[in-house]
Amino acid sequence: MEKEKLLEKKDIVCFHCGEEALNTNYTVDQHLFCCVGCQSVYLLLNQYKLSNYYKYNTHPGKTNSANDTNLDYLEEPKIEQQLIDFKNDEITIITFYVPNMHCSSCIWLLENLYKINNSIVSSRTDFMKKQVSITYKHGGITLKALVELLISIGYEPTISLQDVVKEKKKNHDSRLIRQIALAGFCFGNSMMISFPEYFGMASFERQYSSLFGYINLGLAIPSLLYCGRDYFTSAWHSLRQKRLNLDVPLALGIFILFLRSAIDIIGGHGIGFSDTLCGLIFFLLIGKWVQQRTYYHLSFERDYRSYFPIAITKIENGKHQSVPLADIQVGNRLLIRNNEVIPADSILLQGEASIDFSFVTGESQPVSKTLGEIVYAGGKQMGQAIEVEVVKSVSQSYLTRLWNDEQYQNEQNQFESFSNMVSRYFTPVLLTIAIAATSYWMYAGDATKAWSAFTAVLIIACPCALALSSPFTLSAALSIFDKNKFYLKNTLTVEKLATISQIIFDKTGTITSPKAVDIVFEGHLTDLEKIMVANTCQNSSHPLSREIHKSLASYDSDMVQPLHYEEVIGSGIKATYGIHQIAIGSRSLIAKETGSAMPQQTGSVFVSIDGVYKGCFLLNQQWRKELNDVIGSLKSKYDLHMLSGDGDQLKNVLSLIFPNAQQLHFQQSPQDKLRYIQVQQSKGQRVCMLGDGLNDAAALKQANVGIAISDDINNFSPGCDAILDGSSFGKLPRFLSFSKDTIKVIHSSFVISMCYNVVGLSFAVQGTMSPLFAAILMPLSTVTIISFTSLATHFFAKRNKL
Amino acid sequence: MSAIYFLIACSIIVAVIFLAAFFWANKSGQYEDTYTPSVRILFDQDNLESNDDTEETTASKNSENKPHPVVNAKDQISD
Repeated sequence: MEKEKLLEKKDIVCFHCGEEALNTNYTVDQHLFCCVGCQSVYLLLNQYKLSNYYKYNTHPGKTNSANDTNLDYLEEPKIEQQLIDFKNDEITIITFYVPNMHCSSCIWLLENLYKINNSIVSSRTDFMKKQVSITYKHGGITLKALVELLISIGYEPTISLQDVVKEKKKNHDSRLIRQIALAGFCFGNSMMISFPEYFGMASFERQYSSLFGYINLGLAIPSLLYCGRDYFTSAWHSLRQKRLNLDVPLALGIFILFLRSAIDIIGGHGIGFSDTLCGLIFFLLIGKWVQQRTYYHLSFERDYRSYFPIAITKIENGKHQSVPLADIQVGNRLLIRNNEVIPADSILLQGEASIDFSFVTGESQPVSKTLGEIVYAGGKQMGQAIEVEVVKSVSQSYLTRLWNDEQYQNEQNQFESFSNMVSRYFTPVLLTIAIAATSYWMYAGDATKAWSAFTAVLIIACPCALALSSPFTLSAALSIFDKNKFYLKNTLTVEKLATISQIIFDKTGTITSPKAVDIVFEGHLTDLEKIMVANTCQNSSHPLSREIHKSLASYDSDMVQPLHYEEVIGSGIKATYGIHQIAIGSRSLIAKETGSAMPQQTGSVFVSIDGVYKGCFLLNQQWRKELNDVIGSLKSKYDLHMLSGDGDQLKNVLSLIFPNAQQLHFQQSPQDKLRYIQVQQSKGQRVCMLGDGLNDAAALKQANVGIAISDDINNFSPGCDAILDGSSFGKLPRFLSFSKDTIKVIHSSFVISMCYNVVGLSFAVQGTMSPLFAAILMPLSTVTIISFTSLATHFFAKRNKL
Repeated sequence: MSAIYFLIACSIIVAVIFLAAFFWANKSGQYEDTYTPSVRILFDQDNLESNDDTEETTASKNSENKPHPVVNAKDQISD
């Protein structure tokens, strides 16, 4: 019996997306579906003989949320021009970012698009970047139709100008790869050519010695000029700014290595240091490459442009027309449909505005506006379409102005990394030793020794190991954070994270979980009434109804079906069961139903049955599960603050969690948050801000480290230094302590590389350093540093249970 | 002993050819996407329209009995 039940449960999932499909009757070809969306994708794929999609993976699809986004703007040539990669008389190539891509079936389907529409010539996916590049004949299919096709099979592309524009930075990376390849080539060959000299040659073999020398010199020239060029330019820039970065001693070392080798070889004194030179550049470039890794699928540089739509519907002479966002001018009339974002501050002209400002203010309840009121940009209209008139251009609107605030953009706090700090002292000390050794030998009257001591000091003390210790440690740390779903923008962020003294939290979405909503009913309902409420809500697709249905799921039964069901857009639902009439919805709807004044109760969803007010549902957002532990372990080490856009109803609860009730601030506008951080920074605090929405964006940017929390990392997150997956929130204290350990590893590897330097220097000052000695010491110290840093970093990661 | 001149020239020329090959591969974008081709190669060629039906039924039987190799690929992704 139980077995049967288990089997049943396994079978009652949607064939397309794998979600539970209990009370549905969508069945095609003996496959069950959870909704019309999934079923229609299946039918479409079947029609074009693409059912292989379901063979590569079980349940490869994702629930198709019925989003009727307005795509008219794709017909505007101006916008199309900005989106496409290439266009000629016949074909167009466009690259889309498709966040839904998640398995091999997705790749297969997206690469077989040509079977659905023969105007699509070919399509190519890049799984890691979640991109699909489509070549199509624009004579046969329009861009809009193409996007509609993608949406119809469940792969809605994210179309935003910013995501497309960012493509460009690829070139730099491939140049570094070429430099590494050439440096590796020179290193390998030069080492091979140097071996005979190191192993000793018989006298009759001496004739080859100069040949080997010239080949070595030939290999050193491209290394110096092509591969090592960046070190010289960087050193030059830093000298011009009267600062000493680590590239200065590196460039000096590289140059002296080449000079000494060239003089030795041309003068016939020896083989020179070409292999050390090539090896040095090779290892340095690898260190640079390791440091530069990026996440393809994440963007840390987003601003309001990726949140706002690309285009908006303008009403001109009674006609609807899509215009690019940049073309919107003061005085334009705009049409804002359900779920669309208001792009500029405007006045409400027509329609019932119920606007969700959660991204701007953090306040999660939709706000209703009356005609003639100002609606700020960034709000999302929920409900029927409204008409507004623009009063401020997009770039001058409240939210965007905050972003473009010159003041905080210029104030980008200068953070000095450890290696930069060291290099400030390193170069003067190095030069002092070199000059001291030279003058000693000059005094002793040995000019040859003086020259060789001078060059040897600069060569052997070249901070190669030091230059590698930071990148290797930090990138190992980065990949450990990455594994734990904490994505850092770059390696510098790890160092910044280790120095913070104060943590500021946002409330909604940061310390509360946007997914878990706690629903409480205030009032009294009989069991029968609960069944009616549950059933009514089941029929509605509104997120709040779904939540209520979930909370009353045990009362759900198929026995009861409403005789009459009606959805009043923007205010609620009404249904009739036998003789009972039930209404669920906003305050105004229920007030109309009951025909009497409502009791003063704060709630979100009100219920009346047969014209009698029954009570209301309160939606409480739940704290993230790990919140207490996180605050508990952070409060001894850091100064904790909280800034919330909401009212202070929860102050009492929060002051139990947070150590200092004085540091809880409510009703903070984005501007207030930004100022608050500036004030803290002026007190000398190094601030880490955790936030989630657009309302925290300015604060995240201002903070020394801005961490955006997101429960779906492919979704929008504001510009920041790091993105933390909501499920890893509990690991925050461990992340912070690990970042401190990472700095310890850098310090110890610095000590190790210094030991090597001291040993090398003791030979160098005597003027007795041989090329063989350099050729062994340099790679040896490099390998030691690389293995030490990665081992130590992983050891500390284990100790922090990461 | 002039053979050694010849041998060194040869070895360097061969190395240069490999370096050039790498440069070409890098330029032609072969390293840009290192994952998708590994999945793509496992897809069946089902372009034969004529005996489509028979092929499909056998394929579905196979897939019921043993997991398709690509299923493993999916597991890797979710890691």
